[in-house]
Amino acid sequence: MVLDFNNTWSLRSLVSIMTEAAEKIKLLRSSPDLSAATYQIHDESHTIGNSLRWMLMKNPKVEFCGYSVPHPSENVINVRIQMYDNLSSLDALITALSDLDKLCETVEDAYIKDLRENKYEKWEEKR
Amino acid sequence: MSSQPLDPRRLVGVHAERVTDVSSRDFPGHYPGEDHSWNLQRFKKNLKVKVQRLSNYSIEFDIIGVDASIANAFRRIMIAEVPTICIENVFAFNNTSVVVDEVLAHRFGLVPLNVDPSLMEMRGPDDPPTDRNTLVFEVDVTCQRNPKAPKGSTDPNELYINPEVLSSDITWSPAGEQAEVFADNAPAPTNPNIVLAKLRPGQEVHYQMHAVKGVGKDHAKFSPVATASYRLLPYIKITKPIPTHLAEKFQKCFSPGVIKINPQTQEVSVDENGARKDTVSREVLRHPEFADSVELSRVRDYFLFNVESESAYRPERLLPEAIKVMREKLAIIKQAAEALREKSTLVDNDVVMTDV
Repeated sequence: MVLDFNNTWSLRSLVSIMTEAAEKIKLLRSSPDLSAATYQIHDESHTIGNSLRWMLMKNPKVEFCGYSVPHPSENVINVRIQMYDNLSSLDALITALSDLDKLCETVEDAYIKDLRENKYEKWEEKR
Repeated sequence: MSSQPLDPRRLVGVHAERVTDVSSRDFPGHYPGEDHSWNLQRFKKNLKVKVQRLSNYSIEFDIIGVDASIANAFRRIMIAEVPTICIENVFAFNNTSVVVDEVLAHRFGLVPLNVDPSLMEMRGPDDPPTDRNTLVFEVDVTCQRNPKAPKGSTDPNELYINPEVLSSDITWSPAGEQAEVFADNAPAPTNPNIVLAKLRPGQEVHYQMHAVKGVGKDHAKFSPVATASYRLLPYIKITKPIPTHLAEKFQKCFSPGVIKINPQTQEVSVDENGARKDTVSREVLRHPEFADSVELSRVRDYFLFNVESESAYRPERLLPEAIKVMREKLAIIKQAAEALREKSTLVDNDVVMTDV
């Protein structure tokens, strides 16, 4: 007899795959000109939520930005953005995403550059 | 570090019973007349990344000049979203050991494998197993009496053949193009000495296993790190000279190597590179004679990372992998946001096509 202990695909990853098929970002509620809006991002957590919030708050045209994880059983985050001068919060979101990407690139380049310089202490760890 | 004065805005105060100035305030509009908006050039100028120590299993590096949200994102991704390969499906053919099937299957799953995850693809829930997304392993161990056991021995290793199922008994069966792809480094457990079950004569364990690619947020066995953590650089400022007769007592309030005492003058100072060794135990603040002569703090944007790899990744590869995952996530969200913008402008301009 062959027993299959198949513990593949926990409920959490099934939920994430179901939501991935749907939209990644949903506009929950907004003013008609999108100057104030709440976006629901699927399959993301504090990792993206907090860093995106920080980058949006670095934008002087952003009046308010905050994020929340509404419930631990749902793998989503809500990001609230309110803009000055009736500007589009969606444009601010897209700018923040590109800026965050450039930030990541900069950190990676600096790390690889320093690693290549070979100026660290090397040691042997026994196991 | 201690020689040049630090911008006091960068410091998180550590006092006897409280911490102060915890949150970052470098946002536009917080300080009147100052520009704190995002500026890539300024960020590049202020950013410093320094690898401090590297071994075959762990790495220590500093990231200076980023916000906690960024440092925390890298840490979280290293733990939960950098993929690795682990045994996921276990098929039992025979198990007469005292360890029940489901417990043994779980133990197989936790064994770290030496497979480079970049050589494999992720398998979705409906995808069939292929040579690109699944590795097949086998365990077939039978315990027997050792006919040549020395008389009067009580050591199971002498009395029996195969008294233990070890991680080294997990053998890989190549399929398709795998023999070629994994020619340099045959898939196997990273540690050959993990005891998975104990056997006695007549007991047998025979399993087939499928290993797949996965991430730590699905199951902790997929996490590539044993620890991935950061702390903030301690900053100690001596505000009043320490009386020479108390110098040694003062030094003992800190971790070894943090406080220097000049052998000639008995003058007390903070070691140039010693502050990072401190635990910020606050012991010094318990002594009334020192409480007014020292200020303890941590630097808010100075992150000391410590990462231990427990996977096929070399420790120095973990941060670049985490950044790669982060950038992939950002690209997916950006694409969705741009699609949303496309949709909303179409609605605004009334060019949505409908049947006339």
